Amino acid sequence: MLVTITATRPAGAPWPATDLGYLLAKNPATVQSFSHGFGRSRVFYPEADEARCTAALYLEIDPIGLIKSRNLDSADFSLSQYVNDRPYAASSLLAGAIGQVFRTAIRGTSKERPQLAAAAMPLTLRLPVVSATAAFVERMFAPLGWTVTATPLTLDPAFPAWGESRYCDVTLTGEQRVCDALSQLYVLLPVLDGSKHYWIDGEEVEKLLRAGEAWLPGHPDRELITRRYLGRRPTLVRSALARLAESDEVPAAELDNAVPEEGDGVEEGVVAAEGTGNGSDGTSDNAVAVAEAQEPSPHTSLATLRHEAVVAALKDVGGKSVLDLGCGGGALLRHLLHDRYFTSIVGVDVSVRALQYAARKLRLERQPESVAARLTLKQGSLTYTDASLKGYDAAVLMEVIEHVDPPRLASLEHAVFGAARPEAVIVTTPNVEYNVRYETLEAGRLRHRDHRFEWSREEFAAWAEDVAAQYAYTVGFRPVGEVDPEVGAPTQMAVFRRGDGKITGPTNAGRAEADRGSQSTQPTQSPKSTQSPKSESSERSAKSEKEAN
Amino acid sequence: MRTLTVPELSLVVLVGTTGSGKSTFAGRHFLPTQVISSDWCRGLVSDDENDQSATPDAFALLHHLAGIRLRRGLLTVIDATNVQPKAREALVKVAREYDVLPVAIVLDVPEQVCRERNELRPDRVMGPHVIARQRRELRTHLRNLEREGFRKVHVLHGVEEVEEASIAYEKAYNDKRELTGPFDVIGDVHGCRAELESLLVSLGYVLVRDEAGRAVDAVPPATRTAVFVGDLVDRGPDTPGVLRLVMGMVEAGHALCVPGNHENKLVRALTGRKVQLRHGIAESLEQLEREPEEFRKRVIEFCRGLISHYVLDGGSLVVAHAGLKEAYQGRASGRVRSFALYGETTGETDEYGLPVRYPWAEEYRGSAMVLYGHTPVLEPAWVNNTLCLDTGCVFGGSLTALRYPERELVAVPAEQVWYEPVRPLEPAARAGRDPGVLDLGDVLGRRTVQTRLMGDLVVQEENSAAALEVMSRFAVDPRWLVYLPPTMAPVATSSREDVLEHPVEAFGYFAAAGVGRVVCEEKHMGSRAVVLVTKDAAGSEVGAAAARRFGVTDGSTGVVVTRTGRPFFDSAAVTEDLLGRVRTAADAAGLWEELGTDWLLLDCELLPWSAKAMGLLRDQYAAVGAASRAGLGATIAVLEQGAARGLEVGEMLEEQRGRREAAESFTAAYGQYCWPTSGLDGVRLAPFQVLAAEGQVYATRDHGWHLALLDRLCAADPVLFQATARRVVDLGDEAAVAEATAWWEELTGGGSEGMVVKPFDALVREGRRIVQPGVKCRGPEYLRIIYGPEYLEPRNLARLRRRSLGRKQSLALREYVLGLEALERFVAREPLYRVHEAVFAVLALESEPVDPRL
Repeated sequence: MLVTITATRPAGAPWPATDLGYLLAKNPATVQSFSHGFGRSRVFYPEADEARCTAALYLEIDPIGLIKSRNLDSADFSLSQYVNDRPYAASSLLAGAIGQVFRTAIRGTSKERPQLAAAAMPLTLRLPVVSATAAFVERMFAPLGWTVTATPLTLDPAFPAWGESRYCDVTLTGEQRVCDALSQLYVLLPVLDGSKHYWIDGEEVEKLLRAGEAWLPGHPDRELITRRYLGRRPTLVRSALARLAESDEVPAAELDNAVPEEGDGVEEGVVAAEGTGNGSDGTSDNAVAVAEAQEPSPHTSLATLRHEAVVAALKDVGGKSVLDLGCGGGALLRHLLHDRYFTSIVGVDVSVRALQYAARKLRLERQPESVAARLTLKQGSLTYTDASLKGYDAAVLMEVIEHVDPPRLASLEHAVFGAARPEAVIVTTPNVEYNVRYETLEAGRLRHRDHRFEWSREEFAAWAEDVAAQYAYTVGFRPVGEVDPEVGAPTQMAVFRRGDGKITGPTNAGRAEADRGSQSTQPTQSPKSTQSPKSESSERSAKSEKEAN
Repeated sequence: MRTLTVPELSLVVLVGTTGSGKSTFAGRHFLPTQVISSDWCRGLVSDDENDQSATPDAFALLHHLAGIRLRRGLLTVIDATNVQPKAREALVKVAREYDVLPVAIVLDVPEQVCRERNELRPDRVMGPHVIARQRRELRTHLRNLEREGFRKVHVLHGVEEVEEASIAYEKAYNDKRELTGPFDVIGDVHGCRAELESLLVSLGYVLVRDEAGRAVDAVPPATRTAVFVGDLVDRGPDTPGVLRLVMGMVEAGHALCVPGNHENKLVRALTGRKVQLRHGIAESLEQLEREPEEFRKRVIEFCRGLISHYVLDGGSLVVAHAGLKEAYQGRASGRVRSFALYGETTGETDEYGLPVRYPWAEEYRGSAMVLYGHTPVLEPAWVNNTLCLDTGCVFGGSLTALRYPERELVAVPAEQVWYEPVRPLEPAARAGRDPGVLDLGDVLGRRTVQTRLMGDLVVQEENSAAALEVMSRFAVDPRWLVYLPPTMAPVATSSREDVLEHPVEAFGYFAAAGVGRVVCEEKHMGSRAVVLVTKDAAGSEVGAAAARRFGVTDGSTGVVVTRTGRPFFDSAAVTEDLLGRVRTAADAAGLWEELGTDWLLLDCELLPWSAKAMGLLRDQYAAVGAASRAGLGATIAVLEQGAARGLEVGEMLEEQRGRREAAESFTAAYGQYCWPTSGLDGVRLAPFQVLAAEGQVYATRDHGWHLALLDRLCAADPVLFQATARRVVDLGDEAAVAEATAWWEELTGGGSEGMVVKPFDALVREGRRIVQPGVKCRGPEYLRIIYGPEYLEPRNLARLRRRSLGRKQSLALREYVLGLEALERFVAREPLYRVHEAVFAVLALESEPVDPRL
């Protein structure tokens, strides 16, 4: 990987451009070699005259050696750690090389040219391969006074349809002190580096932050810069799930995406601003986070309204012992845990990583025993029955069903309504009719990449009533979020309560007690809400009432 | 000398004062591991066997240990004084919890003897009053022991009786494991004598009639035995006739019979208890009224003597009227009997106030087949190795028997509707096909999967956890997912200096393993695809194999899945298009008739690679190409500038130009496997094995058979299908080996990924070990994708050659064996959870850490 620094002598300046050699403490006449833990670098000057002088730092890394030197079992690495852009793209490794090779220059001291070192001069930096979007490069460097030219690189000229790669060819020009230019590269290259497989240790991070002292405090994105530094702890060891993705030849994130990776900044909405690095289509995994972030009612987020609505519904049905099925990162669990009304809470998710994330976010190990004892986190799957989930007052499926493939919904229904069989079930799911109100959401697109479907109010009501009839529950509906007169509320909720009716679902089909002379037929009662008239009539829009019948 | 009878599985409670000789007695008659003593438990929880303050914890431990042993079906002896009713009550409760019989053995030894013995033990510090008190308590309650719940109470009076007593074990009444059949298990008869006689005749029995022409026995053919699942009586036209025949058969040793709820009620009615005259009992009573008193007495005696259930054939078969869950099999308690007669309820009631049946069969995971009746169904349907044989003869259905172990159903239709059903018979129990029959317990945690070929294979917990996520979030319906393909190990690292892999090592490996003939198949560079296709197109009613064999009724007619069980295509329509093409080709090639099947499972490679791996190409391969092109280009440009200035960069320049060339080769390597597709346009399917079809696993057939069959499929639709080029090589024939090697060089020189070398006979053993079912031998250019653009640089190659294949080979074999296991289970129509267990294990193993480049 390569970086070049070009100094141009301004007209009438008393110094030749070749003085850059003094500032960098590298002689323009020779080729110098340096060795680093991760490879070898060379400094030479492709051009050096009075008007223009360019220093090139070329770093050659040895990906095979890099891994072997770690002395880790090779089975722990993913293929992308063996075959990757590290030898070519500017990264934290290049930053490391800059830090070592230009140590004195970064300090801004020069024995021979102290005044020049302290002055800004016309500089051009070129990084032929940077793994970041043009916009993000602009966002990082423009505030520091650089004019940024970032040209996306074609993915493969043989396949024009594939479009652009995630790389840019970057040129920065500006009047800068050499020491600032270097320290900015030193700090920002790793921030730009979107990939997760670089090798740098904690001490280095400290050093890097110290290097930014002069300019970092004034950078509008200083928090993002710091967070991407400290938060991004690269996972060197492939998770078991990532290994499955690899064996299936799909990017790990395609399977291992139950919760955002920490440091990805997804929660903070950073993704929206910088793109996901996925390249051409600009798709965000979390279109919903972006779309829902600009709610019509800006004061309370839809997620919060949803939590409140679920908690209220749980209290309406008297659900003190609660299953949060598909608890994910534990956002709802936090609400439940902080409310003493709920005596026993079980968070179930199919993703082990989500459960670990939830445990961390809820600081379970630091909670007093009386609090922690009310919560259990366990791995489970909604398409398998689980006897340990029986006997609860209520189960919550908050924004879960839309992540299940429609052909598998019957298994979920059986596992929840037939096998676990809580007294009440609260289900929330997006109302697809509302999607037209999200300006950033392309027409016809779903709110989240992992959504297998999104239903209209009519579709949801039809499903819910069918499930209720099959499993002997009654069901009522409530809107969540501000109700739009035309398209309804952004989220829809169904509240199921167990009735005394007979299960006619797949569970007991054909196994009822014919022999006891029952006059059994399909349940005749029409599904009706069991909510108190007050809460129902006020919450339920006329339209959903109509659709429900 | 006293002989004390003790059921083989029971909780034996020793009762006696301190010093009465319980420990000595226990040591003499039982294994040390069978005896749990309170002193020992007290020591475990306090380091002091005499620390009375530890007694509550000691007994908690004792009860816990006893419970675990009983759950596991082990005779357990409690060595504690147990003179207080409270102490015994707790033990009776433990016995009941595990449905075993509690037995009390009382050591009634004179106080004087106990006191003397106690004084000899220096560690015992209790005073004489303790023994006196214990003895008082013992004597007070001695006569109440049976009432406390002990099924047997043996009281040994005096030292002599204690010393001379011996133990004799008795089998449980329900234990008929020594009877190995074959059996004819007959469903609910309900007074349908004529149909029963016809059924017995069609089963080959010879009826024996008395002088009045009434059937009083039926002699089975050869060594067979009839087994009745109960409910012989009520509703039907001739309850006495059925009873006469069945009682005769049982008395003659020609039949076994378990009681049904109707026999139970009938006995109560006949013995003067008040019962509701509903559900056909009135008919029975009326019919029996016409019989002599003697006959009625015989009926009462017969019905009373029936045992709630039988465990037969070494434990492989269980017969109970309403079925029996695994934990209750071979056990004895009130609730076991109640379950066997009535089944279990959920505690809920339906809208008519009737209890809701608990779907025990759906959760059944036992190894024993369970045959039962009780609930009439139109057609018997297997649910997890259980089968209900009540086909509602009395309601106008039929009377059904299952031949065991043949699993053949034999039925005779009802001669008429003898009793109006209160509602029409429900269709067959659908539970066997219920999506819900899979339980978390079937897959999660550390698991041991028993396989036919390699015995027990272990799946670690973290791998199950990863597989669960993929299976739940991404995989297709498990009813379709009857197989996942195994990974394949590469050939051993070549001894040649200039390549990593070469055919020489493949041939060498198989020759050393004693394989005489191999097949070399061109390795198509696409993505693995397993295609399951049913014969009947969507919407066609005929057969509808999707519903009939797989239980899938959503309109899909098969699946195309990736190696982790995910749908290959995002679009269901494209999947159905592909399935339709395969179906049509199979029609044309006549495969359905030839294999006698209406479904086919094919192992294939689907091309191009870019059809599925586009994400990976974009993120990784093409990305590396783009970065290298730009990065090296810029570097070479500045080096050339430097060279022009006279800097000594000549060597660097050469090096970078070499790297650029390698990067170009890398780009070219993946580029060969990419071309645009749209829907099915441009998609090619290269099938290389017929894994299975109805009734048969073909995966172990020789590859010659597979390829010949598949060639016909390919010929039927050459646009979609891509035939697999191959060479069959006799490893003893040097010329053939050389020709195959040259072929590999030609293939890989032309951009092919390489080839797979397999034993011609597919499944080959070397002694007790299984030979790898294939090894891949990849070409040098292809390997750039795997090992990086510059891996062929001598200094890189030298380091990469030190790769270790052991784990990969082990993984490949285990996955192969599990895949075959899944197929065998599916073809044998084992329950879904059994098939799923093996398929899931393949996926879990695939998440084990292995060098991904192998």
